[in-house]
Amino acid sequence: MIRPFGMNEFWFIVMAAQWTIALSAVAFGGGAVGGLLIALARTSKLPAFRYAALVFIRIFQGTPLLMQLFLVFFGLNIFGIGVNPWVAAAAALTLHASAFLGEIWRGCIEAVPSGQPEAAWALGLGYRDTMVSIVLPQAARIAVAPTVGFLVQLIKGTSLASIIGFVELTRAGQIINNATFAPLTVFSVVAALYFILCWPLSMFARSLELRFASETRR
Amino acid sequence: MSYVFNFAPVFENFDQLLVGAWITIQLTFGAIIFGTLIAVPCAIGKTAGPRYVVWPINAYIELIRNTPFLIQIFFIYFALPGLGLRFNPNTAALIALSVNVGAYATEIVRAGIESIQKGQIEAGIALGLKRHQIFRYIIFKPAMRTIYPAITSQFIYLMLTSSVVSAISATDLAAAGNNIQSQTFAAFEVYLVITAMYLVLSLGFSALFTLIQRLAFTYPTSR
Repeated sequence: MIRPFGMNEFWFIVMAAQWTIALSAVAFGGGAVGGLLIALARTSKLPAFRYAALVFIRIFQGTPLLMQLFLVFFGLNIFGIGVNPWVAAAAALTLHASAFLGEIWRGCIEAVPSGQPEAAWALGLGYRDTMVSIVLPQAARIAVAPTVGFLVQLIKGTSLASIIGFVELTRAGQIINNATFAPLTVFSVVAALYFILCWPLSMFARSLELRFASETRR
Repeated sequence: MSYVFNFAPVFENFDQLLVGAWITIQLTFGAIIFGTLIAVPCAIGKTAGPRYVVWPINAYIELIRNTPFLIQIFFIYFALPGLGLRFNPNTAALIALSVNVGAYATEIVRAGIESIQKGQIEAGIALGLKRHQIFRYIIFKPAMRTIYPAITSQFIYLMLTSSVVSAISATDLAAAGNNIQSQTFAAFEVYLVITAMYLVLSLGFSALFTLIQRLAFTYPTSR
């Protein structure tokens, strides 16, 4: 039975956007914690930390997000944790975001002039104080624009969670499409919703980038 | 943990994986070529064109960069047939990948064009170079050198993105994995091997791009 594409179908898709937002938020939050650890490990003085972080980043940046989702989804099953697409998608995207944010933030930490941590060390500050009070606040300023840029990539990445069966924006679109057979309407609406989520962030990232570039030009 | 790993079914069907990997490679190279054919005119149009050219190019770039690739390929494969454009899955995959990478590459190429300073071109004119010589030696090669790292990492990212085309039953590496997985139920093992194959592919692409850079773009400036 084919049903027409009406307001109910439209709202079903719009409401599913909240799951895209929720998944993005969880992955971004988890990825921020993981990414900070990775970035600190990557800039550490201890080679073991540096190489472990490097391998982690290389693996996640060198393989498709879709495969990462599949591996976590089926891997959790092996370890006897029930296959819940929500948990699997959140875990996989968190790992993915950790690797990408780790690499972005490594660059930002390294962009802080080395005289800063050296001066902190000369003043007798330990690693923790140097990082928390001297390096990270300065790195954070540099990091805002590329981090927002990555957030856009992450939001788009959550669409792949639909393939392992998590009902977010894309999956909701597929469900409605299967019922209405109006792919042109359905996928236009879905694309428009993603655009509404991502475009303001993209513009924000670009304006931050321009402002930062003009501030540092002097 | 009582799970027994079973890689036998994966390696029994390894030929299918190799066929899939070959299609992934073909899709990637095809999209690199068509994507570049889209990107170069768009980048030139965006930097030098009149406003009625710039506006649609910007709309194309923003639309592609702010929507997921999965939706783009669904649109091309499921929605365009309604308008009379019907493609088989692999063709739809190639079109979607080309259109997608074209938008990202446009921005990279534009940055390359804008990196050429006006004084350089004026110097070329002052030296009496012909138009095509100015384009080749003063604009094209230095711009290529500037954008090369960015555009090649975009191409590697394209190869990774191409795994998504398995969602419309194109026959790439990821799809070969889906097939074997549904016949053997050794899902984790299959995807572990495939993930490793993608890693090898991305390392291979990266090595190839470095080689091309050594052969084609090492003339004086950087030394």
